Amino acid sequence: MAATPLLELRGIDKSFGPVQVLHDVGLSVYPGEVTALVGDNGAGKSTLVKCISGIYTIDAGTVTFDGNQVAVNSPRDAAELGIEVVYQDLALCDNLDIVQNMFLGREKKRGLVLDEPTMEQMAGETLASLSVRTVKSLRQLVASLSGGQRQTVAIAKAVLWNSRVVILDEPTAALGVAQTAQVLELVRRLADNGLGVVLISHNMNDVFAVSDRIVALYLGRTAAQVKTTDVTHSQVVELITAGRSGTIGLPPEKPAGAAGFTDITPPGADA
Amino acid sequence: MTTTTSSDAQVKVVKPTVASHLHDYWGRVRGGDIGSLPAVLGLIVLCLVFGIARPTFFSATNFANLFPQGAAVIFIAMGLVFVLLLGEIDLSAGFASGVCGAVMALLMADHGWSWYTAIPAALITGLVIGFVLGFLVAKLGIPSFVVTLAGFLAFQGILLVLLSGGKIVSIRETFVLSLANKNVPAVWSWILAIIAVAAYAGVQFLKVRNRAVRGLVTDPMGIVLARIAGLAVLLLVAVAVLTKERSINPLVISVKGVPIVAPIIAVVLVVWTFVLGRTAYGRHIYAVGGNTEGARRAGIPVDRIRISVFVIGSFMAAIGGIIAASRANSVDPNSGGSNVLLYAVGAAVIGGTSLFGGKGRVFDAVIGGAVIAVIDNGMGLMGFSSGTKFIFTGLILLLAASVDALSRRRASATGNR
Repeated sequence: MAATPLLELRGIDKSFGPVQVLHDVGLSVYPGEVTALVGDNGAGKSTLVKCISGIYTIDAGTVTFDGNQVAVNSPRDAAELGIEVVYQDLALCDNLDIVQNMFLGREKKRGLVLDEPTMEQMAGETLASLSVRTVKSLRQLVASLSGGQRQTVAIAKAVLWNSRVVILDEPTAALGVAQTAQVLELVRRLADNGLGVVLISHNMNDVFAVSDRIVALYLGRTAAQVKTTDVTHSQVVELITAGRSGTIGLPPEKPAGAAGFTDITPPGADA
Repeated sequence: MTTTTSSDAQVKVVKPTVASHLHDYWGRVRGGDIGSLPAVLGLIVLCLVFGIARPTFFSATNFANLFPQGAAVIFIAMGLVFVLLLGEIDLSAGFASGVCGAVMALLMADHGWSWYTAIPAALITGLVIGFVLGFLVAKLGIPSFVVTLAGFLAFQGILLVLLSGGKIVSIRETFVLSLANKNVPAVWSWILAIIAVAAYAGVQFLKVRNRAVRGLVTDPMGIVLARIAGLAVLLLVAVAVLTKERSINPLVISVKGVPIVAPIIAVVLVVWTFVLGRTAYGRHIYAVGGNTEGARRAGIPVDRIRISVFVIGSFMAAIGGIIAASRANSVDPNSGGSNVLLYAVGAAVIGGTSLFGGKGRVFDAVIGGAVIAVIDNGMGLMGFSSGTKFIFTGLILLLAASVDALSRRRASATGNR
């Protein structure tokens, strides 16, 4: 286990007009580890991912990659650093085959002509390195693949480019039990191959099955960054829904009045 | 991240046999990936029916006539395949071809230009038309149906204005006339056919060798040889028929050889097939047609691709217009009008190009154009009126569109799309 994070975000602020979506968010991604990013709907997970991948620019804060402070202003910058994102809708083209999809937009060429043998070979090697054996042929159309196989292709596409950090947005959300297990196994293998993996998930079982660390976001703030082994299921759920759980998490909100809120919690209901 | 540990970790490689290859093909067809199979079968059936009903259908003269009859529609349809691959439509292609033909004819007749400047001028006109259409669709976001419908009306008007209200401009330039009306000498017909077969065989063997060297799965040799033999038989039989004397009185004038449009169609077909199948640009067209958002995220310049397919569409319409003008020996206000556009869209769809985008090949335009030319020609020989011909062609188009829709449904049912 590496002591220094591969990717480290500190003090990230992001606003859309008057709405501040991220407040002072921090996130550390270690090589060889799966970092689960959890949080309720609207907690800022997607915004944070888009900041990392360069789709949004951050308003304040620092991004450190491999010990150097970097500026990620476009998806191209992120790709150059080796940060790849697998979005929930996968963005695969059904009418193209596996190899064509994996190299889409970054085709290998010899002069004007596509270098199909090289691409097919590289695609085969990448899938083999991930121990994927479930596809019949690399020239199968993506349309004919199952949900889990598509997810596999999308992940393989992300790791094809010597990427260092792979961010997976709810990779198991649409999958059945067996396929979820396959994909989680693949996620674990990515980390075992030395990559820093960020797994966004709503499913606590998945989070506890594969992650080494958990980062919980609550209303745009980092509620906690903890080791998975140090917390329980219910603690994580509390972090997601309330922002704190016992001694970990955000400090309790200031008493009513200070922020203009009235405490409507029935006496004795809160911990 | 490409650290292979051992070869047994590779994706399972099964050396396909001829039988398994055919089995896979049949599986794809059953799964809804039928390509131009219905068009090929339909073409064979139509030829047999017309040939039995009217034996002159199979005469060398009639066979040779099919090429210039179908050529203009085939060229326009080839361009439309690109537009259809993005799920767009170009309704203006017919009159765009008329305008380009008129530009060429007027420059030669009224301004004394020679063919080698007038033809490029017509082609550039096509490029400009395509750019304007594509720009309006891609950058302003107007649906292509509306943009090209406006183009359909406007180009019809431009054609009328160019021909100052309705005069007919005749073409006297022999080079232009020979394009759709003359034949390649018999010797050269044979030489071209043999070169074509040899080149095809070379490309096929090279592909197999390149893949075998890398240890990748190759098509079984039996299938490769069958493909080459199939092309060789088709081409050589066609050339043998076409190099027979077709003149009624050979002593006065000899008519034999492959019509010049046939090798032009072949060259254009090869060029566009190469572009679509073997270049990154072609790959990106399919990607945008299959999943626009996915293509955008992969860094493909979607707008530029969209503009470019309209440019190709109108450029091919210009070629079609030149060939049509050559065949008619003139340009008139109805050039590119009446059924030209609908035949061209029909050709692409009958050939197997999907109206929903993402699926189709340039070859579809040729095979579909052949179906339409055969119907037109065969029903003409059988003495049917134009009305009956239109009805029948309409039914065939409807049939092709249903096959497209049904195969999509089938494909989604089998998880093929």
